[in-house]
Amino acid sequence: MIDVKELSKNYQISRRTVGLGAAMKQFLSPTYDTVQAIHNLSFHIDPGEIVGYMGPNGAGKSTTIKVMSGILTPDSGHCLIDGRVPWTDRKRHVAQIGVVFGQRSQLWWDTPVIDSFYLLKEIYKIPEKSFKKTFSLLVETLNLNSLLETPVRQLSLGQRMRCEVAASLIHEPKILFLDEPTIGLDAISKIAIRDFIQTINKEKNVTVILTTHDTSDLEALCKRVLLIGKGEILYDGNFESLKNDISPERYIDIKTASASESFEVEKLFSYEILEGHKTIELLHKEKNQLRLKFDPRNTSVSTLLKGISDQVEIIDLEVSSAPVDEMIARLYKVHQL
Amino acid sequence: MKAYIQYFKINLVTGLQYRVAAYAGVCTQFFWGFMYLMIFQAYYLSGSSNTDFSFKQMVSYIWLQQAFLSLIMTWFRDNELFALITNGNLAYELCRPVDLYHFWYAKLLAKRLASAALRFLPIIVVALLLPEPYRMSLPASYASLTLFIVSMTVGTLVMVSLSMFVYLLTMKTLSGTGALLLFAVVGEFLSGSIIPLPLMPDAFRKIVEVLPFRFTADFPFRVYSAHIGTIQALQGIVLQLVWLFALMLIGKLWMSHQLKRVSIQGG
Repeated sequence: MIDVKELSKNYQISRRTVGLGAAMKQFLSPTYDTVQAIHNLSFHIDPGEIVGYMGPNGAGKSTTIKVMSGILTPDSGHCLIDGRVPWTDRKRHVAQIGVVFGQRSQLWWDTPVIDSFYLLKEIYKIPEKSFKKTFSLLVETLNLNSLLETPVRQLSLGQRMRCEVAASLIHEPKILFLDEPTIGLDAISKIAIRDFIQTINKEKNVTVILTTHDTSDLEALCKRVLLIGKGEILYDGNFESLKNDISPERYIDIKTASASESFEVEKLFSYEILEGHKTIELLHKEKNQLRLKFDPRNTSVSTLLKGISDQVEIIDLEVSSAPVDEMIARLYKVHQL
Repeated sequence: MKAYIQYFKINLVTGLQYRVAAYAGVCTQFFWGFMYLMIFQAYYLSGSSNTDFSFKQMVSYIWLQQAFLSLIMTWFRDNELFALITNGNLAYELCRPVDLYHFWYAKLLAKRLASAALRFLPIIVVALLLPEPYRMSLPASYASLTLFIVSMTVGTLVMVSLSMFVYLLTMKTLSGTGALLLFAVVGEFLSGSIIPLPLMPDAFRKIVEVLPFRFTADFPFRVYSAHIGTIQALQGIVLQLVWLFALMLIGKLWMSHQLKRVSIQGG
């Protein structure tokens, strides 16, 4: 479906330091720096996949999306989407894809929402019958009924974003590019949009490529993620195993009935089956509260729990992995992004 | 095609909402009209004019200029287009299966027509009822009225294809100010909106006559008062069409060249 091979794109950036002198110098002999936005990018995406495209700010995510949606022409490399080269075949290509840029608006600002949809109907040459069908489906699932007659400029961000997503799907594209679709949205709008993406992916087999900084989006939607940094692909695969690779350790929070001051982590090491006892660490000890860290790859969880309950009376416990955001930050650090 | 018409309609309807701006515009146009007329009246009375362009024709010329200002003004700016080029919303325009040149053309034309539709009628009606010598004359004949309508229509299309270059240049320079200022000042002069062509010095007029600007304003206005005869008018309309075709062709070629090296501002 999507085949990207050795794609590169550079930007010319005019840089100068502060001050009148520097401005003068730049005026007389302008100098430009070349910044590699993406460099030798290659990947393949199959029909019906939801792929999360992640990376720090400025990694080249949006640039890739813009190349794939035919807006930008790359400097070198190949990209074939459904048999089309996006930038040479722009008009034919964009008729088959939907795009949402979370920080921009594709609806016509001063006109009621419904006008935009009717204009899009003509732009995409959608037959009356299938337009009505898709439109009513979108209005229903995204709950747009009360918004249709409001001018776009008077919608709240969440309302507008729901309309934007609907607008990008009115022509039933086979591929949907979402560039930070949940930026700035509250929990309800976020979940509404996420659910909707999942629904169209399942029911209409729409291929979705999603860039986001919201890791909960990635967790909820994407089985596969592409990690990009400094314009190159650093990881391509399952999101779960990526998480396990970066931070395999688990945290265990325990509430005890008796006072927990007497608890000693060293006592656990006497349980012989606990091979990974070196990785067990007591992070926090307070009245009735314990927090431990361990590595499940070399620690038997049941022995660990037995060891703990031999010392204190457990009334509640919670096992968790590191917060995803923290993991991602660690990941970027590892790759020096 | 339907997409462009629909887009045209949306912009037309939006433009027709600005009623108060239209009332104010009509008042301003009368102010300017009288000011110009008084200047030219003084010029004619001084006796230094040796032209076949009568003051009567001049009066019609000025009132037509004021009535159809929105169709002929070179400094008409579409801030939405400037904004989407400089802030990167161009990205969305490119995500649609439309020819961007025609799409923008439809928008620019609709904005001008909406603005003119609200203004021209009151100005014409009042100008026809004014006391002499400021009263606008009726068209010289049915023929000149018809030719005026045709040449004004084609002239407006020429104007839009000329103004398209402002936006094309903005795609390169990323600031609309320079392109617009240059186009507005030079274009206004060359279209006869400051000094009608018949009053220009001969040598200068010869230059102006080979350029397309005069076809947007001076030409239709002089057709109205039959200062340009039927045969010449017909020839002129053919030339207008040739210019229209050429300007659109150059504009479209430039657009496709520009889109290959477009960059999207603001990430």
